[in-house]
Amino acid sequence: MSGRVLVGVKRVIDYAVKIRVKADNTGVVTDGVKHSMNPFCEIAVEEAVKLKEKKLVKEVVAVSCGPQQSQETIRTALAMGADRGIHVEVSGKDYETLGPLQVSKIMAALAKKEDAQLIILGKQAIDDDCNQTGQMTAALLDWPQGTFASEVTLDGDKIKVVREIDGGLETIKINTPAVLTADLRLNTPRYATLPNIMKAKKKKIANVKPADLGVNLTSRLEVLKVEDPPQRQAGMKVETVEDLVGKLKEAGKV
Amino acid sequence: MAALGPLSRITRLGCNFCRNHRLMFNRNSQKRGIASCIDPSYGLTDEQKEFQKVAFDFAANEMAPHMAEWDQKEVFPVETMRKAAQLGFGGIYTRPEVGGSGLSRLDTSIIFEALSTGCVSTTAYISIHNMCAWMIDTFGNDEQRESFCPDLCSMEKFASYCLTEPGSGSDAASLLTSAQRKGDHYVLNGSKAFISGGGDTDVYVVMCRTGGKGAKGISCLVVEKGTPGLSFGKKEKKVGWNSQPTRAVIFEDCAVPATNRLGEEGQGFNIAMKGLNGGRINIASCSLGAAHASVLLAKDHLLVRKQFGETLANSQFLQFKLAEMATKLVASRLLVREAATALQENRADAVPLCSMAKLFVTDECFNVCNQALQMHGGYGYLKDYAVQQFVRDIRVHQILEGTNEVMRMIISRNLLTES
Repeated sequence: MSGRVLVGVKRVIDYAVKIRVKADNTGVVTDGVKHSMNPFCEIAVEEAVKLKEKKLVKEVVAVSCGPQQSQETIRTALAMGADRGIHVEVSGKDYETLGPLQVSKIMAALAKKEDAQLIILGKQAIDDDCNQTGQMTAALLDWPQGTFASEVTLDGDKIKVVREIDGGLETIKINTPAVLTADLRLNTPRYATLPNIMKAKKKKIANVKPADLGVNLTSRLEVLKVEDPPQRQAGMKVETVEDLVGKLKEAGKV
Repeated sequence: MAALGPLSRITRLGCNFCRNHRLMFNRNSQKRGIASCIDPSYGLTDEQKEFQKVAFDFAANEMAPHMAEWDQKEVFPVETMRKAAQLGFGGIYTRPEVGGSGLSRLDTSIIFEALSTGCVSTTAYISIHNMCAWMIDTFGNDEQRESFCPDLCSMEKFASYCLTEPGSGSDAASLLTSAQRKGDHYVLNGSKAFISGGGDTDVYVVMCRTGGKGAKGISCLVVEKGTPGLSFGKKEKKVGWNSQPTRAVIFEDCAVPATNRLGEEGQGFNIAMKGLNGGRINIASCSLGAAHASVLLAKDHLLVRKQFGETLANSQFLQFKLAEMATKLVASRLLVREAATALQENRADAVPLCSMAKLFVTDECFNVCNQALQMHGGYGYLKDYAVQQFVRDIRVHQILEGTNEVMRMIISRNLLTES
């Protein structure tokens, strides 16, 4: 048992930034825009570091797929307490079409290469809201998955996961190795401390190419158009319930 | 974690905030990318960007939501400052062996600038606390460093810097508080005025007269709260800086162990001035943070507020005013960072450069914040809006840690004295 946890961290546009659509409608503007670690990935890192502090796992490895700037995101994970990082270099056209299928193939290959016991990911990224990578990774590895986790308890070689689902909270027990995806209430991520940021400088980030892992990055999806949501229209006031029903019928809503 | 730090400040504006607006004045900037010219992370190393990020996050999440309450209720936010200390902000440029973070003056400036966007008053106090911790770390012997610094770096204990007296402000070297040697103690008599944190802090770094007149007769003593003969005046009512109490510190036959003297007799004034060089960079950095936050608030207001059928951002006068504010902000930032670097490297121009930075930056940033308030119109005058607190809080930066007039004295002396 290696006691190793892989944590996926994604570099996304910062949650506080106003998103603007590119003039040619091919995507959103990312040049010069503030980026940071996906908030759900921060929660995933925090959970992994907590497990290490409780001595339930031995090593936390932060993984990010993307261009050179993804290393900043890995450094943030290191400053929060991850032991080392792996930067999977994906840039240019490949990066524009990078999606959950490609990332999950990469994570699965790394999990085998690094002999990982546990993979913790954020439940979804705030840029594409796919909510697929964790599930696909588990499928590719044929590992159990504990998604939307709001509470994780390691119990011998099993994991008890409390999941936030539409109907409430569901508790499941799964075997390890497993994939977990972090939901909002799993924990509150710590601030990196100044000493930890300085220590992070000395931690290693390995560079890996997807080809080295035997992963084909071709996408099955093509983005046709990206546009702003429709402008909010003005409403109108009506005098009676009959008027309201009439207007709704006119609009084809009932 | 879904904290809405920066957004909560914007929603406090009370204006309708349409997230779907398009760029008003320059369509081309969409093609060139929308990097903001006032982004404070330009030119920094990756590590400095990490420090800055933590400080910005802490300011947005832990300080900004409480900034107004701390001001109105005059709360000294001990728990929040201790949280900051846990991140290493209690002794940023104090040495690690005694619990500090061992960072450079430039790192420190970057951190205080970022923290200040959350609350100027609290950040300014944290900078004073840092200055005291540094003074003990730098000029104290090993016993003193080990005795005081760890608690200060963790903010288990808080510190105050005591130089100014009712009769000696700018003319600091004429201070009268006396410290008479009696056996293995100094007996202090006199009073200090306008002491930040006074009465609520635990460790007082006091400049007092052990010898003859002038600077050479001054020594530096560390006095602990609870020492018999140490008392405090009433809490002053101030225009700003309300999250830190300000009181007179009174010594009446207050006996302090001689082992609490930092450095030699007669070295006190030198220690005080060396502390202030860094303090001036820190205070200037706090002004920078306030100006940065104010420019962002003004920008948001211009994009939203409409008069005469269009948003204020379409007014050339206001566009030009905003451009001038941004230019002064960036110029100020460059000067402070250069002064921080000069001080770190012990350059020959460090002292006058720190004075220039303090003079220029506190003046210019106050004007920036003031203009941001003006751009808000009547709303700028309401306490529901943050910009007025930035104006009130940084007004005093032009006065303390050496008035801007004293800064001119230092600079002109450097220019006119034949070496």
